[in-house]
Amino acid sequence: MRRTPKLSSFFLLAFVVQLASSVGAAEAIHEERSRYRDITVTQVGERRCLLFNVHRGDRNQTCVMVNDRDRLVFDYTRMSFAGLLLNPEPSRILVIGLGGGSIPLTFSDLFPSAQIDVVEIDEAVVRVAKEFFFFEETDNMRVFVDDGRPFIKRAGIRGQRYDYIVLDAFSGDYIPEHMLTREFLEEVKSIMSPDSVLVANTFSTSRLYDHESVTYQRAFGEFFNFKLPTSGNRIIITQLEPLPPRGELVTRAVDLADRMLKYDVPMNDYPRRLSTRVDWDMSRRELTDQYSPGNLLREN
Amino acid sequence: MSKSNNKTIPRALIAAMAFASGACIMTIEMLGARILSPYFGGSLSVWGSIITIFMLALAMGYLFGGRLSTRNPNSVTFALFYICAAVFSLPVIFLSDQIMEPIFMVMEDPRYGSLFAAIFLFFIPTTILGMISPYAVRLMVESEEHSGHMAGLLYFVSTLGSAVGTLGTSFYFVLWWEVDQILWGTIAALVLCGCIILVTHYAMNPQSQKVQGRHAKNA
Repeated sequence: MRRTPKLSSFFLLAFVVQLASSVGAAEAIHEERSRYRDITVTQVGERRCLLFNVHRGDRNQTCVMVNDRDRLVFDYTRMSFAGLLLNPEPSRILVIGLGGGSIPLTFSDLFPSAQIDVVEIDEAVVRVAKEFFFFEETDNMRVFVDDGRPFIKRAGIRGQRYDYIVLDAFSGDYIPEHMLTREFLEEVKSIMSPDSVLVANTFSTSRLYDHESVTYQRAFGEFFNFKLPTSGNRIIITQLEPLPPRGELVTRAVDLADRMLKYDVPMNDYPRRLSTRVDWDMSRRELTDQYSPGNLLREN
Repeated sequence: MSKSNNKTIPRALIAAMAFASGACIMTIEMLGARILSPYFGGSLSVWGSIITIFMLALAMGYLFGGRLSTRNPNSVTFALFYICAAVFSLPVIFLSDQIMEPIFMVMEDPRYGSLFAAIFLFFIPTTILGMISPYAVRLMVESEEHSGHMAGLLYFVSTLGSAVGTLGTSFYFVLWWEVDQILWGTIAALVLCGCIILVTHYAMNPQSQKVQGRHAKNA
């Protein structure tokens, strides 16, 4: 079917206008250069976004609607809650990588009595999240300015356990290679109990996808590979025990769907997206502390 | 200043060896961050610790190497620097976990943890590698008016070697090999350098073993 020229030019015009308004009106309300990155906060209408290294063309890290703060704007942020299908009532939650803080804030809203620990390497990000993204520390929600790997290693040695772990440290410009390795995943396993779930926001493109998949598979066995057609992210969801059957996920999704509605998380849509199919090159080398050139692999 | 009777190995060879030592120093330094990161993370302060310790160790090495070069400079001592640096790099491969684990347990602050770990892992081999440059200058210099020229030439080749070691390690080696394999390669290169110097020296001075005891000392 062909559109009439008039209609298509209307679409073109609408597109240009939208593009112009989104680019032109994106006003930087805060800019700073931290030890790790350039941080920019922009606002367009009601939508406020956190960007890292904007001059290098990085994507938004987090966006919030200032008039609807519960709503999660990005697919990958929403997808981080798919782990609830495996463990619907977490009581000790660990989030590695704060960003704008929307993941921990949502957890705190969902489970007010849960203990939430957030680890963020860049104290400037913590400051910006508090100042511009409504993030607050509470008695139950603490932020540790630390590197994720030593934090988890130490927690493991102290015998601490978390039942919901989100790894979200990989969305920046530079990949922390020491948090992609088999040894790191073994340390993560040491802070998990049988009912714990691990949710890792990882890379969906480049050779790194294969290497990461192989590494997770060696560490955990089968895992859920969670991708959406609308998002460039790939979320790995796994636990120590064998994965639950799909029927169980569907039942849990139905139970959770209403509660997740206000965050704009389409829970009922998720179970069928959780795949265990191997769609990576299994001959790729596992990433270890000895071999982890993540940044080089991403470029190739 | 008195001189030993031995012929010094060719300048071009000394320069080549200085190039190799520069490359080895930076290869180990670039791997340092990777070795420390499982315990102390990948923050900027870990890089800061490594660079600080390498700088301090090199500074000490320059001082000791320069001092040593005033007493009977000879190719055998020069070769020994390479062999000793290789031997003292072995703990980086074999004992790194045993060294870093107790430091990690005692020190909560990754800044000081990484600093101390870098001292125990890298200070001694890097100091020895630092002794090479001033000693090499002494071996190359025949007259005072030459000394600036030779020092400049030596800085040039050894820094060029450092650049090659840095680039090679960060761009390619870590993509091709494991950390320990690269370290073994570095150690092998150091041992090879030592052997080349020794072989050349004894080839040029077949009598040297007999005269060694009669070397004049510097006043």
